[in-house]
Amino acid sequence: MTTAEATTTKTVLSDPGVLVPGPGYDVPGLDVRYRDAFNQTLRDELNHDPDVFIMGEDISGGFDRDTLEPLDAWGGPFAATKGLVQDFGPERIRDAPISEAGFVGAAVGAALTGLRPVVDLMYFDFVTVAYDQLLSNAAKSRYMFGGQTKVPMTLFARSGGGTGHAAQHSESFYSMLAHIPGLKVVVPSDPYTVRGLLAAAIRDDDPVFLVNDKKLINMTGFCPEESFTIPLGKGRYLRHGDDITLIGMSYTSVVCKQAADQLAEEGINAEVVDMLSLSPFDEDIIIESVMKTNRVVIVDEDTPRASMASEFAAVIADKAFDYLDAPVKRVTGPHTPVPYNKGLETAFMPQPEDVVGTVRTMLGV
Amino acid sequence: MRISREKLRWLYETMYRIRRFEETMLEQTFRGNAMGVTHPSDGQEAVPTGICAHLTEKDWIGSTHRGHGHCIAKGLDTKAMMAEIMGRYTGQCKGKGGSMHIADFSKGMLGANAIVGASVPLAVGAALTAKYRGNEDQSIGVSFFGDGATSQGVVHESMNLAAIWKLPVIFACENNQYAEATPAWYAVSTDDISARADSYGIPGVQVDGMDVFAVYEAAGQAVERARAGDGPTLLELKTYRYHGHFHADDPKKYRKPDEEEEYAERDCLQNFEKVVIQQQAMTADQLQEIRDEIEQEMQEAVEFALNSPMPPMEELYSDVYVEYSNPLVGLR
Ligand SMILES: Cc1ncc(C[n+]2csc(CCOP(=O)(O)OP(=O)(O)O)c2C)c(N)n1
Ligand SMILES: [Mg+2]
Repeated sequence: MTTAEATTTKTVLSDPGVLVPGPGYDVPGLDVRYRDAFNQTLRDELNHDPDVFIMGEDISGGFDRDTLEPLDAWGGPFAATKGLVQDFGPERIRDAPISEAGFVGAAVGAALTGLRPVVDLMYFDFVTVAYDQLLSNAAKSRYMFGGQTKVPMTLFARSGGGTGHAAQHSESFYSMLAHIPGLKVVVPSDPYTVRGLLAAAIRDDDPVFLVNDKKLINMTGFCPEESFTIPLGKGRYLRHGDDITLIGMSYTSVVCKQAADQLAEEGINAEVVDMLSLSPFDEDIIIESVMKTNRVVIVDEDTPRASMASEFAAVIADKAFDYLDAPVKRVTGPHTPVPYNKGLETAFMPQPEDVVGTVRTMLGV
Repeated sequence: MRISREKLRWLYETMYRIRRFEETMLEQTFRGNAMGVTHPSDGQEAVPTGICAHLTEKDWIGSTHRGHGHCIAKGLDTKAMMAEIMGRYTGQCKGKGGSMHIADFSKGMLGANAIVGASVPLAVGAALTAKYRGNEDQSIGVSFFGDGATSQGVVHESMNLAAIWKLPVIFACENNQYAEATPAWYAVSTDDISARADSYGIPGVQVDGMDVFAVYEAAGQAVERARAGDGPTLLELKTYRYHGHFHADDPKKYRKPDEEEEYAERDCLQNFEKVVIQQQAMTADQLQEIRDEIEQEMQEAVEFALNSPMPPMEELYSDVYVEYSNPLVGLR
């Protein structure tokens, strides 16, 4: 990867007992930023398959008035597509007007007729502008047409609070997508997982939505040099422990890890499960961990009603009830939109201290 | 066209207030005093000013992410606006909305909106209310939206609705020729957005949005038409934003210097000054006096905002519903 700073070979995770879906251990790689891992994966997949193309607003960053050439002024939203239009051209890096319903629908049409579109929806909130195309066309075509067709498209967007973007640009409504049969939803939590999951999403023959939390985009972490995929629908352990299970998804996996580190200092040994996929999701890893620890906290930045946190809690109640020593707890956003004021916004988002506090209460310490 | 001295003064004062508000809030944004992104509208002042000059507090406007100018032209208090941008409890929305969501329902301002195109049907709805109530207060709706927003389906649906129901609404398309870095010549299928009005059977007028007198005149006709019950008008106001798309954006990456210079020469404030002095409608001293007053107002707005308290934590949970007996304050 060209953008990386470090050049040493590292192992994926120091704890060999921790499950890592993907290429395994001791693979050569570098410390890279999340956004660079993302960009590199788009590049890999554009090279891998000529039917892959990308659509979205401002992804080639304006055009020169005189030469009509794309300028790549912004590198695309959050620099996701930086440099791609120079190498792949404006047919494959297709800048779109502000017409989310239109170009998501066009992507479905292109997918139904043999291409593999990748759509940048910029902010996660804009999903709802195109929701009908996702729900009624992308997700249902295969089923209602009796399996005649498939919709191999990928969508991605940036979710979450923390940047002062206020109510209409800070959504984390994963469950609104996971609720749709026929659509797959993945939530990477670091450079390693975004590389593997984005590649898997683009190569998958079903519509897949990949959500990037804004708080992850500039984070740095280990990433293998070679392209690889992480199986959709699989979670991973970020840490092993016996006392309690913390379940995270996207950025809340980072929150869970931070909480587990704090708890370790207090002698509480938490296990951290990073879900990675929300639909389909890894029921086995949840059950396995809860059977071991007998206590579980689910951490979700989404609002609590009908959320992924609620869904995981339902699965635990159904399949691991006999192993529970305490009620299942959820640490989520409140049932409100995301506020603008920094103090309120911080209070909206689940913080490591909230998780630690919940664990202490559950363990009575 | 005759404009009263009082109105002239208002036009200048309003444009200058918008200009200085944007510059001041940008300065505060760069000092880290704004709590999020801000989208300045300096350069475009003539548009909201020339249009809102015809409106009263009973009329409603819908606005965008670039909404400060619309708010000021509709008479919102710059103190409460600055406080909102700084996330303060004294802000227009208690610090809960921020720059992209400033609203004042007591002044007929339906709220800035951060979803491109999403506020257009709201102005149509306001016009629907007016018609439903038998036009008793003669109120109308005005929707401000950008060239970029014309690519949204909901904008076209709104125009069709307003046309078939003959609603008292004005569609004010501020064509500043860019949507983020994307030029309108790439993203919009025509170089005459106003011509799209034909397909809805409503009048469409292209206006020099840098010239407040031209905007004032065109808007006057559209407002008259709406108030007379003759239905909607689409105004395309050709304008230019001096700054980048948002506070930290450098427009030089996607715009040519000659273009920026051309619009700088057509600056709405400078041209206004030239015209009123030439025609002896206002003196240089009068203009200076207005500028001084506004300078003072901006300082007061910043001080007010900086000295205002943050919202209390209960505000995170309030206002979700009108009535909710068991607020779910987060599962922790
Ligand atoms: C539905 C939706 N899509 C995309 C965006 C991101 N976005 C914010 S402003 C903007 C450009 C809007 O351009 P225009 O309508 O011309 O208004 P201007 O910024 O020029 O005032 C875009 C793409 C958004 N806020 N909402
Ligand atoms: Mg524009």
